[in-house]
Amino acid sequence: MFDFGVVTSWIHTQLTSVMPEGLAVFLECVAIGVCLLLLYVVIAIIMIYMERKVCAAFQCRLGPQRVGPWGSVQVFCDVFKMLTKEIIIIRHSDKFLYNLAPYIVILASVMAFACIPINRGMEILDFNVGILFFMAASSIGVVGILLAGWSSNNKFSLIGAMRSGAQMISYELSIGLSILTIVVLTDTMQFSEIVMRQADGWFIFKGHIPAVIAFIIYLIAGNAEVNRGPFDLPEAESELTAGYHTEYSGMHFGLFYVAEFVNLFIISSIAATVFLGGWMPLHIPGLDGFNAVMDAIPGFIWFFAKALFVVWLLMWIKWTFPRLRIDQILTLEWKYLVPIGLLNLLLMVVVVVFKLHF
Amino acid sequence: MNNFVLLVVVILIAILIVAAAIGIAKLIAPRSYNPQKGEAYECGIPTRGKSWMQFKVGYYLFAILFLMFDVETVFLFAWAVVVQDLGVYGLLSVLFFLLILVLGLAYAWRKGALEWK
Repeated sequence: MFDFGVVTSWIHTQLTSVMPEGLAVFLECVAIGVCLLLLYVVIAIIMIYMERKVCAAFQCRLGPQRVGPWGSVQVFCDVFKMLTKEIIIIRHSDKFLYNLAPYIVILASVMAFACIPINRGMEILDFNVGILFFMAASSIGVVGILLAGWSSNNKFSLIGAMRSGAQMISYELSIGLSILTIVVLTDTMQFSEIVMRQADGWFIFKGHIPAVIAFIIYLIAGNAEVNRGPFDLPEAESELTAGYHTEYSGMHFGLFYVAEFVNLFIISSIAATVFLGGWMPLHIPGLDGFNAVMDAIPGFIWFFAKALFVVWLLMWIKWTFPRLRIDQILTLEWKYLVPIGLLNLLLMVVVVVFKLHF
Repeated sequence: MNNFVLLVVVILIAILIVAAAIGIAKLIAPRSYNPQKGEAYECGIPTRGKSWMQFKVGYYLFAILFLMFDVETVFLFAWAVVVQDLGVYGLLSVLFFLLILVLGLAYAWRKGALEWK
């Protein structure tokens, strides 16, 4: 596979040949920042467009189609509309926390977003404890949501935020346990290393039955973690108007909306990275011609194809199932997913220790 | 490049996204004053009382349970990295660790902490 690290090290040598080391590193940091910003915004726009089109397809509608070809400019129009709306701060709210909440929500989502390995050598944060960092970063988001609900001084917001808090912290456990299952198999927590280990087969195929169970648990828990699909009761619009962001207007609301969609992409891309091989192409042992054709496709195309496939899967779930109640959600997590996840973890350890995996 | 330098860049970008979006909106959005706008969005009539109040204890129980299992997950991450080298010994020792935790969950379950009342 093409190593993007070649390009970055070439840029680094070119820059250091004409300027001092410190300035070169500074310029590289700025370049990385601009890339991250653009990627974040582009992913958000793609996700919103995809959500509308997929939702329309599931409901036998056409979706947006008037603005631009196939309605592709519609999302930009929405962003501009949102920018021209007044930001209203209600009188009895806690102004400081109210303004702080979007920062925390976006911060959690950007930090988790920066962990994703897009191509070989194309990852921004590549800690050797990457998975732990990813889980820590993504769980900051719940603080922002709780702050948003509490500071709004609105009963709908408070109920939505409390539900969201209970739901998000509960389902984090299942996400942790299902990723842990794969960490047992790989004995590393670095995302780039995890992808490299899947060169001879994706973990969902290599890991026997426990990997498949972990993948299913991860999909359910991830869907709940981003407050979507049948688990969207923090913002259940028919009972709580808009849940925790009832009082947010204009771009304030837009930031929560963007964070929600990018979080969906992050959950899907981590599923693609950990279970479906990240940027590794699909190889079938014995078919050399087929494998050569698959190798010719660049890694980031594989990555985005897998991630968007999982996104599509989650959207399918969202538009198919009715919303659950809060007690059903917590029962599903604590009485089914956590015990199954623990058992599955032990099963995986047995598989690994006695070398039963492929 | 050093990961921690990049982490600072990422955090700055996150702050920039929010600050830029809100700043642009404040620049180009129209503004008008109306006392009705400052009211909480509830049922159309003025809100009665504050909503900063005591809240249902059910959520609190789940938070406590979460704390227990989240710390457990952090311990397990350290163990999961080396379990291939530890072999059967690693399996048995963590089995004992998980047994104690599952007993805790079973106790909470039996006591009805997982029921929504």
